[in-house]
Amino acid sequence: MRNDIILAGVGGQGILSIAAVIGLAAVERGLYLKQSEVHGMSQRGGDVQSHLRLSDSPVASDLIPYGKADLIISVEPMESLRYLPWLSSSGWLVTNSTPFVNIPDYPETDRIMSEIRKVKNHIIIDADAIAKESGSARSGNMVVLGAASGYIDIPFESLSDAVRSLFGKKGEEIVEVNLKALRAGRNFIM
Amino acid sequence: MHTLLLLGDEAIAQAGIDAGMSGMYAYPGTPSTEIMEFVQGSREAAMKTIHREWSANEKTAMEAALGMSYAGKRAMVAMKHVGLNVAADGFINAAITGVNGGLIVVAADDPSMHSSQNEQDSRFYAKFSFVPVLEPSNQQEAYDMVFAGFEISEKYKVPVMLRITTRLAHSRSGVKRKGERKQNALTLPSDPRQFVLLPAIARRRYHGLLGIYESLRYDETLGSFNQYYEGSDRRLGIISFGISFNYLTENYPDRDVGMPVLKICSYPVDNSLLERIAAGSDELLVLEEGYPVMEELLKGILSGGKSVKGRLDGTLPREGELNPAIVAAALGLPATRGGEVPEIVRMRPPSFCKGCGHADMYNALHEALAGYAPGRVFSDIGCYTLGALPPYNAINSCVDMGASVTMAVGAADAGLVPSVAVIGDSTFTHSGMTGLLDAVIKNSPVTVIISDNSTTGMTGGQQSHATDRLESICEGLGVDRKHIRTIVPLRKNHEENIAIMKEELAYNGVSVIIARRECIQTASRRKKEAVKQTDNK
Ligand SMILES: Cc1ncc(C[n+]2csc(CCOP(=O)(O)OP(=O)(O)O)c2C)c(N)n1
Repeated sequence: MRNDIILAGVGGQGILSIAAVIGLAAVERGLYLKQSEVHGMSQRGGDVQSHLRLSDSPVASDLIPYGKADLIISVEPMESLRYLPWLSSSGWLVTNSTPFVNIPDYPETDRIMSEIRKVKNHIIIDADAIAKESGSARSGNMVVLGAASGYIDIPFESLSDAVRSLFGKKGEEIVEVNLKALRAGRNFIM
Repeated sequence: MHTLLLLGDEAIAQAGIDAGMSGMYAYPGTPSTEIMEFVQGSREAAMKTIHREWSANEKTAMEAALGMSYAGKRAMVAMKHVGLNVAADGFINAAITGVNGGLIVVAADDPSMHSSQNEQDSRFYAKFSFVPVLEPSNQQEAYDMVFAGFEISEKYKVPVMLRITTRLAHSRSGVKRKGERKQNALTLPSDPRQFVLLPAIARRRYHGLLGIYESLRYDETLGSFNQYYEGSDRRLGIISFGISFNYLTENYPDRDVGMPVLKICSYPVDNSLLERIAAGSDELLVLEEGYPVMEELLKGILSGGKSVKGRLDGTLPREGELNPAIVAAALGLPATRGGEVPEIVRMRPPSFCKGCGHADMYNALHEALAGYAPGRVFSDIGCYTLGALPPYNAINSCVDMGASVTMAVGAADAGLVPSVAVIGDSTFTHSGMTGLLDAVIKNSPVTVIISDNSTTGMTGGQQSHATDRLESICEGLGVDRKHIRTIVPLRKNHEENIAIMKEELAYNGVSVIIARRECIQTASRRKKEAVKQTDNK
């Protein structure tokens, strides 16, 4: 078993929480894992990504080689396209559809969507809207993870458990909101 | 013990706590910041009463760590690569004094400059100072090397460098802990003159250090991190240093490279290892993260004109970090690139947070400077450096911490009057204070704007030594109280702030304008924590 996943977004959008949930679940299941993150300058509203590698045998490189990613999970549509050189020909791209516009020359949404649709295996989900329905506009990251969960070789229950232990410190209410968002994303693809 | 999922930085921190360290010293800097943050957040570290406060800068951190070592206890000091420039005087001379308690210097390099002004390679400093280096290739090694580092440091009485790069610092993986070691008791050096570097003593110690450095090549603990792998295809022998080993094996699904491979994760290297792989292969490929430090050395060590491929002959790029694709190309393996990035994808550089006080400060400064020719704003390193980007285009320099004040002084000396310095509060107490003293001594016509968000923002909001002290520091350094002005950079104060800036720009002497408004990131974090506190009541 081997899952090479690229997480993409803009600094502050919560991709490290997605990474932490998958990472916790993977460790609980005794998988090997390497997860490279971006800290520092780019976290101020720049593009950020995380390479997450899960395997039942030891992982060598902290970085995923080009063309080898099985999955891109993106919380922002333009950012999902930035990592296409890493996506394998059979890989999936799962992305939020709501743009995060903090640059003057942000492209038209239609053009972004048509580029995403050119990718053979893609899922576009309005995570912001679904998150709002689930009770918290800020849990869009969990909605996207839910929508991508079918392409990760970890049972959904393990991901839910990881959400519980990750957000447990912040109180039951936060846990429930995030679980609801995760399930809503999951239901979107079922 | 179960496996912990740790960043490379966190693995080093946890290892320090487990290996009997009594003091952790650091100034924040990507990618090293999370080492100290982990120790500060650790309950075990609190129970063990490990010292773990931020220092004013890397030099003070290095020297405090050396002082703890003098007193017989184990200390670790961590910094980003350019921090080692600031700490270099202490570092290089600590090699001459040697240590008493174990001393580990963590240098976190940033090849490809993800968050830095340059990609200097700290191994040069170690070579320059005759200090052994441990360079982990994964998180578990990073953990284990702290134990080994303290052991070597105490055995040979030398500081040990632990060199990591961004990818390891900021990548998480499973780490197994070892049994804990007790902290050392307070014991003074057996030779009371060890740390007194008068020339006669220094000459003797330097002579001793050179001898130690040679014997380190054959140290078993140091050597245990190096490994030779046989391979039947002897046309190419590969020497990998540190993390580059992973980029090599990544290209071989069963991890069998099939060629002779020498994995090196500690320095100085036993030359016989290098000679062995050289003798056993037709050509050599050198993989190292950073500068071609070892590649250059190898060309000198290996007799017989063996061809050495690497960063110097163009087999690998001369600059930037390695990755699996670059190494694959060097090995002649096919490229695996997926699709291309569509042309519509735009760059997304970092930017000021919405509502940031630095932005309001720059808006006011822009108008206050309207009457002067452009090109006179010297800035520094921090979030406020983002003022270099459009639409602000507000600054003309960003060189090294503290250089805003001193460059403004030099430019004013040259006749660029008024000269303006824009510096952050943490950068000011890191290295701006001494420059301001220079300015005061010669009454330089400079206006120093301290953009005070009351935190060390760029690196994630660590406590700033400047908080609540700036006015008294400036006054103490001799700035005329009438020309220390405090403003609140808010849009509603815009006109008033412009007027104050104009007055001080027109003043023919040293003035300091403190533009103070709390960082909105730390402010919102503080509010959230306050809510949590009341919820818990
Ligand atoms: C010698 C050195 N040490 C550390 C750093 C890392 N660093 C860059 S910006 C920064 C924070 C500066 O804080 P402050 O001056 O308060 O400005 P802010 O980011 O809060 O606006 C640090 C620690 C560096 N670039 N050089």
